[in-house]
Amino acid sequence: MSDAQTSAVPVLDETLPDSRTRSTLSDIVGPAIVFMVFIGIWYLLSTVILPEQKRFLLPTPHKVITEGFGVWRSGERRGLQPILLSVWDTAKIALIGLGITIVVGMSVAILMSASRWLERATWPYLVAVQSAPVLALTPLIRALIDNTRTQRLLVVVLIAVFPIVSNTLFGLLSADKSQHEIFTLQGASRWVRLTKLQFPAALPNIFVGLRISAGLAVIGAVVGDFYFRQGGVVGIGAQIDVYRNRLWGPELITAIIMASALGLVVFLFFGWLSHRAIGKWHITNRGQ
Amino acid sequence: MSVDNQITPKSAQSLLSFDNVSMTFDDGTKALDNVSFTVNAGEFVTVVGPSGCGKSTLLRIASNLEKNSAGNCAVDRDSIGYVFQDASLMPWRTVQRNVELIAELHKLDKKKRQELAAEAIDMVGLRGFEGKYPRQLSGGMRMRASLARSLVMSPKVFLFDEPFGALDEITRERLNDELLRLFQIEGFAGLFITHSITEAVYMSTKVLVMSARPGKIIASFDVPFEYPRTHDLRYEPQFAELCGEISHALRGAHS
Repeated sequence: MSDAQTSAVPVLDETLPDSRTRSTLSDIVGPAIVFMVFIGIWYLLSTVILPEQKRFLLPTPHKVITEGFGVWRSGERRGLQPILLSVWDTAKIALIGLGITIVVGMSVAILMSASRWLERATWPYLVAVQSAPVLALTPLIRALIDNTRTQRLLVVVLIAVFPIVSNTLFGLLSADKSQHEIFTLQGASRWVRLTKLQFPAALPNIFVGLRISAGLAVIGAVVGDFYFRQGGVVGIGAQIDVYRNRLWGPELITAIIMASALGLVVFLFFGWLSHRAIGKWHITNRGQ
Repeated sequence: MSVDNQITPKSAQSLLSFDNVSMTFDDGTKALDNVSFTVNAGEFVTVVGPSGCGKSTLLRIASNLEKNSAGNCAVDRDSIGYVFQDASLMPWRTVQRNVELIAELHKLDKKKRQELAAEAIDMVGLRGFEGKYPRQLSGGMRMRASLARSLVMSPKVFLFDEPFGALDEITRERLNDELLRLFQIEGFAGLFITHSITEAVYMSTKVLVMSARPGKIIASFDVPFEYPRTHDLRYEPQFAELCGEISHALRGAHS
């Protein structure tokens, strides 16, 4: 007995030291180097590579900071404030759309996991939705739905839903045979099997899907802005479109950076959430 | 239905009995051919045989995971412990919560199942590791947790499907001793599958030898050694002699 325990203790060293959670100097140095290279290339493009008459397309970084980020508000559309309002408008659409996407996508995946027949019957169409050029459907969407907000949400869901469905489904089907048999031996109901075995087993995959879908939801919202807009505060996509048409370089670049930042924030949030939820028992190899 | 939950009247003590059980799978593979034996309370029966001879199928029929195609298998199915080849713990549950699982599926209240789990964790020597996740444990410790999970409901019949096959020799021998200790305390009827003749003789009251597919019981050996058995038993001449006989029978099984 006691000898068995002494044998057991040292093996605990197999507990993997979580190198990812330790932040080292290289965590800062690496991104800093890439950032400097990026800025360098930017300067090179806007002062050397682009022909003189096209340089307004890509103002230098310092010009973007002073004229884009540095101006709070000038007129109706110029300045950081209108850009932030637009980002917020788009963020709301992306998040609400993502919420709908999660509910719809996971429900579809659960139904598909419960019935092989349903899985076979619907899978090709899901792939079709995934690969369809959603934006080509804009006239149809416009004809069917009056409300601009609903139109934008629909675009988000159509663009973002596939990764949630496929990853959740894959995860729900990933539990080991012997784990299933433990539940079979105890005569567990389908609901118990789903909630106590399949769903927790699927969590790592669900979080992978969530992160991809969250990124796509932001893209979907920005792109949707281009096509569906109304008066007042418009989404960042629509704002970008205006700046592009008017050749307002610094504002355009600022808006693009802010739209990317929105995507980055959403991505980091879901990475954090995933780590909080399953980090204790699941080893994610990359992407933290 | 070819199976029922009645304990056969042959012997009041028989907790598990196979009576001319045959098994043919849907694809036509004949896995078992007229297998008959019983396991009584306080008996530990081990089946050895070549790979793919249908040893595991015996356990799957006993536990109703598969339905035998002919014959009769009688067992009290409400009181079965099943230990799989791999520990098959739920990686998202701590040791404590893994061990509680079966009690949870039987809808015992939280306090009761925590109590039972703590007891079982003690029995397998995992006290102090309740809060660990499976990925933090060694293979041997995972198997202990798996044993504890099955122990929680104090089953009368225990089925073991090569539970220690993937472990190193030393860990395996330790767990053999642990399991024997549990067997003596709990007094369950054990049906054990293994490839190792030494393990079979060391653990069992009786060793059955199965032939290659379709599996038939071709020899049966009573193991005369008293419990508790100790490590040194493995080096006794009678022990070696019995292993030799079983090995001989097993070689016949391959041909």
